[in-house]
Amino acid sequence: MANSHVAVAEQFDDMPQQQEASTLGMWTFLATEVLFFGGMFMAYIIYRNLYPHAFAAASGHTILLYGTINTGILLTSSLTMAMAVYAAQQSNQKWVVRYLLLTIFLGCCFLVIKGFEYHDDLKEHLWPGPNFKQGLPVQAQIFWVLYWAMTGLHALHVTVGLGLLSVLAWLARHGKFSEHYNTPVEVSGLYWHFVDIVWIFLYPLLYLINRY
Amino acid sequence: MKSHSLGPKTYVIIWSALMLLLFLTWGIAQINLGPLNVVAALTVAVTKMLLVILYFMHVRSSSRLTWLFVAAGFIWLLIMIDLTLSDYLTRGIVR
Amino acid sequence: MNTLVDSPAILDESPLKTAEPPNYLQEGGSTLKSWLLTTDHKRIGILYLYSIIFFFLIAAVAAALMRMELITPPGDMVSSEMYNRLFTIHGVLMVWFFLIPSIPATLGNFVIPMMIGARDVSFPKLNLLSWYLFIAGGLFALGAILFGGVDTGWTFYTPFSSAYSNTHVVAMATGVFIAGFGSILTGLNFIVTIHKMRCPGLTWFRLPLFIWSLYATSIILVLATPVLAITLALMALERIWGLGIFDPKLGGDPVLFQHLFWFYSHPAVYIMILPGMAVVSETITCFSRKQIFGYHFVAFASVAIAILGFVAWGHHMFVSSQSIYAGMVFSMTSFLVSVPSAVKVFNWTMTLHRGSITFHTPMLYALGFIGLFTVGGLTGLFVATLPVDVHLTDTYFVVAHFHYIMVGGMVTAFMGGLHYWWPKISGRMYPEKLGQLAALVMYIGFNLTFFPQFIMGYLGMPRRYHAYPEEFQIYHVLSSAGASILGAAYLLPFIYLLWSLKHGKKAPANPWQATGLEWQTPSPPPQHNFRNTPVVDRGPYDYSPEKSEEEVIYGQ
Repeated sequence: MANSHVAVAEQFDDMPQQQEASTLGMWTFLATEVLFFGGMFMAYIIYRNLYPHAFAAASGHTILLYGTINTGILLTSSLTMAMAVYAAQQSNQKWVVRYLLLTIFLGCCFLVIKGFEYHDDLKEHLWPGPNFKQGLPVQAQIFWVLYWAMTGLHALHVTVGLGLLSVLAWLARHGKFSEHYNTPVEVSGLYWHFVDIVWIFLYPLLYLINRY
Repeated sequence: MKSHSLGPKTYVIIWSALMLLLFLTWGIAQINLGPLNVVAALTVAVTKMLLVILYFMHVRSSSRLTWLFVAAGFIWLLIMIDLTLSDYLTRGIVR
Repeated sequence: MNTLVDSPAILDESPLKTAEPPNYLQEGGSTLKSWLLTTDHKRIGILYLYSIIFFFLIAAVAAALMRMELITPPGDMVSSEMYNRLFTIHGVLMVWFFLIPSIPATLGNFVIPMMIGARDVSFPKLNLLSWYLFIAGGLFALGAILFGGVDTGWTFYTPFSSAYSNTHVVAMATGVFIAGFGSILTGLNFIVTIHKMRCPGLTWFRLPLFIWSLYATSIILVLATPVLAITLALMALERIWGLGIFDPKLGGDPVLFQHLFWFYSHPAVYIMILPGMAVVSETITCFSRKQIFGYHFVAFASVAIAILGFVAWGHHMFVSSQSIYAGMVFSMTSFLVSVPSAVKVFNWTMTLHRGSITFHTPMLYALGFIGLFTVGGLTGLFVATLPVDVHLTDTYFVVAHFHYIMVGGMVTAFMGGLHYWWPKISGRMYPEKLGQLAALVMYIGFNLTFFPQFIMGYLGMPRRYHAYPEEFQIYHVLSSAGASILGAAYLLPFIYLLWSLKHGKKAPANPWQATGLEWQTPSPPPQHNFRNTPVVDRGPYDYSPEKSEEEVIYGQ
């Protein structure tokens, strides 16, 4: 049943202080993540500005179907994550677990599709280097470096998120969360939504440059 | 100040808006609007981001301190992008 | 007074039983495990203290070897390849494994919670993780050094680092990446702690300026370091897999690396100086027995430095082929960022004015800081002036400029802070006369080392060269002589501080009669800092003329 007496960590005076500190801590961490991904967005902006045609040509070889479906998957996973937080605040243990598991499932779908996509990309020789696909301008390789680096880092963050959510689901299963204590769910939700937002920008920048 | 979760109905509405925007951005990309393609794509992306931040991440009902922290991350990113672009966009300008 | 001793039933009552309650050094155990698994911010501060001293020593040895080579014009002691490795090791270790963590992770960790009346930081376990990340990063860096070193300079410029260097660049970059992540978490911890853990009554404008400066430092740590991380990662990607975005053969721009690198590394220098300024604000007020002049200005100046420091990075790239117009903008912003620093120097000076000054060791270091930082800062304006920098870039003038700030400023302040809070940390007083001697010798040795470098830099002596024309020898000899004096001056505190741990006079709770919550608790403090949460009802630096009459206790 819902555990309404969670001990406050000894450095804090009371639960509200602990919760506010946790939330502020996660937002601070997300700010660092914005700058972390931001460095690559910076490089993307510069090079797209310098080589618009090469970038357009390169982007044409991304697999639009996979990218679009994955965007839909992640957006939906944000919905299920938000619902998990809501369920926790309603002390609805059963649905906390279900929504978390749903989110994890959707995250896994994302990674599986990404896996197929990477496989197809490699088959097309879209890995920069001496064996890079022929017929594209040389600067297209820069686009593809950014593609691998940005989607790779993003996928890494998705994987970490899945680990985080799995731990949460296990804790939820053991009745840890309720209306009195659900900050870990909320704070993990913030992380997950951030991962979604990164993809919201990756999608148009990588897949939609030149589809006409 | 604890930010309160919104109800399921709100979340589903936001989700629907997000899916609509996804369809929109995919659709616009099929049409040649020249330089406007980028503008449209980024506008949609920013809108989606704002919906996620304000509603899914509860920032709409969060404290001003949270707003400040959210803003700080983006402002700093903008600083980096703007000043670096100021180099690239002004290279080769000959008076 | 213990009446129990006279009681016949307890004749063998140990006198220690009635002594002070245990402090943080005893509470929680004194085993290695209790230290390595501690979440006590004070113990973590000490773990950092030992770690950064270790790296400082290695980097100092590299510097000593360089200065020995430079005594004679020909490159006769080490090869040029070896010399490249020496200045790279010196730079990487000093910047990331000494200066960046120095005051924040040691003194900051120790003092911040106490200064705000808290029991610990917001995330104690994260704090310990930060230290382990620092150590892990350090191990990678040490590994890189032991297996042959790196020769790219601490700046890792592409394409040399990403495509041509034959040294252990990736290992070193990995070390910096991991340690950098640790520093991000430290900054995060401090930000949340300062926002959320202040004791009742401690409003923002009642905070000691130490807190304001460390808050500003933490902003930079959190927002700048991630960019360094991704930049080094991209450089490593290029090096390992040829995934080059800085590679000119693919249309990549090496200057983009410089933009990304300096976007972090310029604010990083403010990470490295703001904590020093933090210490000075504390010691200047205490040893002038006077309220700080212009508290709000100093507080806002700290934040201004943090913010403005982010828009000046291009002054490292004036000759990189960056657009001349961007160069002009960066030159202007660099001038702008000097203003809040100047405000602080002015305010410290005005604090001294009509103060009741005593020349304890921390005060000597604070005064040294003000003088040396001012010289460093002013010469920063010289190099911020675009046309002048074209002449001075990559010369010893730049080397002298940043050493005046980093060593003359930051290391001096670190020594000052270490001495100031030593009684609190160790429960012992250091020998005051020796402290004063070391501070003076350091000041002399420092100026002898680095002032000649301004002159020879102006005359054209390039940096990172191990061989040079005859006409520069006199300056190099003076500089190397100074370096040996400086080395001795640093060694002295190392010896007497360790000595004081066992033999120093026991310190009272407030040996300096300073204001500030950290002095309202015993030296050393108990594990949870305060028996009862303090309540604050006044601003900081509440030194009054009456209080200045009070005896300030000299150590021994």
